[in-house]
Amino acid sequence: METLTLGKSLNLGLRRAMEDDPKVLIMGEDVGKLGGVFRITDGLQKDFGDERVIDTPLAEAGIVGTAIGLALRGYRPVVEIQFDGFVYPAYDQIVCQVAKFHYRSRGKVSLPMVIRIPFGGGIGAVEHHSESPEAYFSHTAGLKVVACSNPSDAYWMIQQAIASDDPIIFFEPKRRYWEKGEVDTAAPLSSAYPLHSSRVLRSGGDATLLAYGPMVRTCLDAATAAAEDGRNLEVIDLRSLSPLDMAPVFESVRKTGRAVVVHEAPGNIGLGAEVAARISEECFYSLEAPVLRVTGYDIPYPASRVEEEFLPDLDRVLEAVDRSFGF
Amino acid sequence: MTKVERAASRRGGKRSGPPEPEFVQLLTPEGERVSHPDYSVDFTDDELRGLYRDLVTVRKLDAEATALQRQGELGIWASLLGQEAAQVGSGRALRKQDMAFPTYREHGVLYCRNIDPIMPLGLFRGVDQGGWDPVAHRFNMYTIVIGAQTLHATGYAMGIVKDGKVGDDDETSEAVIAYFGDGATSQGDVNEAFIFGSVYNAPIVFFCQNNQYAISEPLERQTRIPLYQRAAGFGFPGIRVDGNDVLATYAVTRAALDNARHGQGPTLVEAYTYRMGAHTTSDDPTRYRVASEVEAWQAKDPIVRMRKLLEKQGIADEAFFAAVDEQAKVEAVALRERVLSMPDPDPATMFDHVYPTGSPLIDKQRAEFATYHASFEGSH
Repeated sequence: METLTLGKSLNLGLRRAMEDDPKVLIMGEDVGKLGGVFRITDGLQKDFGDERVIDTPLAEAGIVGTAIGLALRGYRPVVEIQFDGFVYPAYDQIVCQVAKFHYRSRGKVSLPMVIRIPFGGGIGAVEHHSESPEAYFSHTAGLKVVACSNPSDAYWMIQQAIASDDPIIFFEPKRRYWEKGEVDTAAPLSSAYPLHSSRVLRSGGDATLLAYGPMVRTCLDAATAAAEDGRNLEVIDLRSLSPLDMAPVFESVRKTGRAVVVHEAPGNIGLGAEVAARISEECFYSLEAPVLRVTGYDIPYPASRVEEEFLPDLDRVLEAVDRSFGF
Repeated sequence: MTKVERAASRRGGKRSGPPEPEFVQLLTPEGERVSHPDYSVDFTDDELRGLYRDLVTVRKLDAEATALQRQGELGIWASLLGQEAAQVGSGRALRKQDMAFPTYREHGVLYCRNIDPIMPLGLFRGVDQGGWDPVAHRFNMYTIVIGAQTLHATGYAMGIVKDGKVGDDDETSEAVIAYFGDGATSQGDVNEAFIFGSVYNAPIVFFCQNNQYAISEPLERQTRIPLYQRAAGFGFPGIRVDGNDVLATYAVTRAALDNARHGQGPTLVEAYTYRMGAHTTSDDPTRYRVASEVEAWQAKDPIVRMRKLLEKQGIADEAFFAAVDEQAKVEAVALRERVLSMPDPDPATMFDHVYPTGSPLIDKQRAEFATYHASFEGSH
């Protein structure tokens, strides 16, 4: 076991993937000498060379589009999009090409690509650096979408995503890059928790909190606070946003009868809406209250001086739990 | 004058004027073989007859597909009429190991890659969306989003460099050709492809068929300078070739591909041609261009000039021309029969191949779909 930050865990996971498969490439803006603006690729170009860790022109559609060609050539590109708000120039290539190549070819060709996107707010950044665009991609058939929430998952999930033949959008909770946790780096990849699985991180019988990425920590903290008031909250990290792994969620909600979904992204047509709908379809007779959502407001991401009021926090989560018990 | 004619007049009538400067030509519209200092290619008699046969055949197959659309057997068709020389010339210039990234109109290139012409018709009939292995055929699936494939081509070419497949040996070194049109040159993707191709010195030929129109919009809506001159700003050579001259197109493309495979980086080739037909079978070109313009281009027909050359050189007789026509007709009839016998897919197969490793969500929907349809069995 090692104690590592989430960012360092990603770095070590990338390193291990590059060691395991010479076809793995890293592409992006500033990923080489600089090691990425968050240093997630730190030291990789030095050790693997600039043919495998590629500083690209400043053009996101170009990065993703050329990564498609490299994947057709037999490579496994891992693309870094520098910030969530900069992915949109590549949106057409991701949605029309990456997502559909396998389907269009009737299974004759795969694009084993990973597109890493640091996402979410809470770092006091300027516009376009704090967004949560996961719903856009989760809505698109042909893409798989995951979000890591802690160092151990970061280390394993990035390796699993790279090893997968599916194109995967990999969301990283940027404000949690510096949080530490235990990582068993000596274990084999095959022993890792399955990539497209949600996971119960804290057991409790009174209500279920559902989150992913940066909001998992918030929910765990909320559960700790609630326990002091005598309420036992179950916390599930969804981890895979497409496909959603709902079986553990249904099992939990059948037990608790109450569910609150939490994400930073605006609520309107967001992941929480899908999760709530599925729960109501499958667990209708178990529910003691409607599924509630705690999300960002339906506004553009606000200026950083007020972002703490935009982002769901412990108090808003607990307030929603209180409302759930009010039914 | 009609409104359309006035617009054509304002454009200076250059479409019917002399060829623009820096236009590589080896065969005039009158069938005269001319020389060019940089592109002195000798063709054997067999090669010349072969190119003529290709031109006639791809035009005939194209006409058959247009007819199939008119009869309701294809949903849509993007005709290559008028662009046969640009496609056959560049298609035959490819070496076996080269990789092509087409738009949705490169039926002639596909034919020259010795690929069964039935392959893309499933897309136009609506029974699939391509469905072929791009790498196995050395010919990517048709790409409909304008210009998107130029980036895929560039990435593929970057992979050739990584694989150490750039070099002096013409039999093993590889190059890529990316097809696109005049309209696509306005797309960000195409400009980004130029940049990536340039800075990584990728072995790629950017082959622009300038057919003068992006659906209804004339070239003037895309550019104020000749398209091949754009290359200078990206740091690689650009050249304009008479796209209705199969010999010049072959020579220029072959040289550009070999330069690329030898490590000299990208070239932009602008094949100056004309879309004689509609953009697709859904389009009505009489709304945006005048008959006189089309007639002027008719006089530059790529097949007529090749036939004149063969006749002048005395290397083909009436019997040859008749045999070529007859063989093309046989291939067109065969194509028709195979289109008509294409089965519709089993609807349940729409759930297949969304992901290489599958998805529980889709498995569930496939099962529900089957159950739903099974519920109607036996009912009336």
